[in-house]
Amino acid sequence: MATAQAQLKAHRGQAGESLLKVENVSLAFGGVRALRDVSFEVKRKQIFSIIGPNGAGKSSMLNCINGFYHPNSGTITYKGRPRRQMRPYEAANQGIARTFQNIALFKGMSTLDNIMTGRHLKTKATLLENALWLGRAQREEMEHRRFCEEIIDFLEIQAYRKTPVGTLPYGLQKRVELGRALAAEPELLLLDEPMAGMNLEEKQDMARFILDVNDEFGMTICLIEHDMAVVMDLSDHIVVLDHGEKIGEGGPEEVSSNPRVIEAYLGTSQEQEA
Amino acid sequence: MPMELSFFIEVLIGGLLAGMMYSLVALGFVLIFKASGIFNFAQAAMVLFAAMFIAGMNQRYGVPFWLAIPITIVLMVGVAWIIERVVLRPLVNQEPIIMFMSTIGIFFALIGFAEIIWGSRSRSLDVGIPQDPIFVGDMLFQSYDLVAGAIAIVLVLMLAVFAQRTRMGRVLRAVADDHQAAQAVGIRLSTVWVVVWAIAGFVAVVAGVVWGGNLGVQPVMVDVAFKALPVLLLGGLTSIHGAIIAGLIIGAGEAMAEVYLGPIIGGGIDNWFAYVIAMAFMVYRPEGMFGEKIIERI
Repeated sequence: MATAQAQLKAHRGQAGESLLKVENVSLAFGGVRALRDVSFEVKRKQIFSIIGPNGAGKSSMLNCINGFYHPNSGTITYKGRPRRQMRPYEAANQGIARTFQNIALFKGMSTLDNIMTGRHLKTKATLLENALWLGRAQREEMEHRRFCEEIIDFLEIQAYRKTPVGTLPYGLQKRVELGRALAAEPELLLLDEPMAGMNLEEKQDMARFILDVNDEFGMTICLIEHDMAVVMDLSDHIVVLDHGEKIGEGGPEEVSSNPRVIEAYLGTSQEQEA
Repeated sequence: MPMELSFFIEVLIGGLLAGMMYSLVALGFVLIFKASGIFNFAQAAMVLFAAMFIAGMNQRYGVPFWLAIPITIVLMVGVAWIIERVVLRPLVNQEPIIMFMSTIGIFFALIGFAEIIWGSRSRSLDVGIPQDPIFVGDMLFQSYDLVAGAIAIVLVLMLAVFAQRTRMGRVLRAVADDHQAAQAVGIRLSTVWVVVWAIAGFVAVVAGVVWGGNLGVQPVMVDVAFKALPVLLLGGLTSIHGAIIAGLIIGAGEAMAEVYLGPIIGGGIDNWFAYVIAMAFMVYRPEGMFGEKIIERI
């Protein structure tokens, strides 16, 4: 894992430096206000979590960060530069990679091919060079291949290298998706419910990989998760959303003792009676 | 070999070769549908459009075919680019039916544009594929069908290698599988769409030359190109090898029906028989032989 590890570690910046700053972001779909005036800051080398009940606006927030949605107001500052409108491929170009809640893998393709697509933006050879399979295209393909093999080793999915991912069990598919995101050598890794639908063992594996990615590569991670126990164990910093509003923020202990958060998660006593 | 059997083989092979030509047109549909989820009604018009330009340039200005064909390929790339810019980009994320309607517009626009330049009279298109009959034993084949079949096979192999072995092919397969995920790894959908439409345009050039050589370049070519529809229904809209196998089945089925059923129920079977095969099959598998099962949430 020598070369890939070195590459993944490179240019990660200083811990604590601001990587992503979300200021007063609001987003509405027609009359539905998905996000209201949300602000927070993700610092480099953090594991940053966004939690909240169903429909709180977590996925909408992630979609704003990687350019699928455009906020109606507010600013998102990434690496010190504010931006309003950014398309997904531009976000990817600037080092934002992500996974999806319902797994968005290329189901007909093998594990290796899926992870190779993650290298898309790292490919410099032109279309023509590729079509003619000239030297540079060939050399590049070999380098990417080696890089991806190392990621496959890291995620312990060697046995499924050639398997079409559509046939893999759910937990492994999530792992392949993480691999594809890592292949892009991102500076900011967005994980949308990385543990959703997993059994305990799969959750533990995934948690270990997330911690390793953060520890070994110093990668900044912003994740959304339902499972409170997981979030409390992993996160350096947590933001809690409810009905599109930020209702709490802080370290794990701070958040879990916040009365508004407890209320949002457990409901008020009246609601429970009703 | 007994007369009966050799006649059967002759009809079968003739049908299979005709089927390869249906597959050629169907391939264009499948490529675009896979990559963008758009059913491109204009594919048939692209075939006629390409054939009209090649035949027109050759006859009016004496441009030799070795030059006219590459010029038309470049032209089709330009057409792909314009379609993406003017039609598809403003409609991105619209309902599939709206995209489909827009391709009907492209259909008429392409034919209209070609007719403004080249007029609507029919032309012959003879690129030098031999038309002689060939005897193998006592079986009779058309050399044109054999050459056309060979061209179709080469094209299909080229597309298969492109899709499976190149980086762009991997990108296309990725986009076909999941648009969102493709965008998230940094793939630009607009670029991919231009490439896909350009490839479909290239396929249309090949189909235009082969079909045009056989039937002459005239508006009725569009009807023949629509023979690709039952092929698509049978093979499945999303499967490249489905388009090829279904083309063969439809071609062979048609030829068999014309020869063996024709005398019993009267001629002209080949106009509708393909649809009967496709519809009968769809009763059992609505997504076609190799199509993806589509489960829509309501």
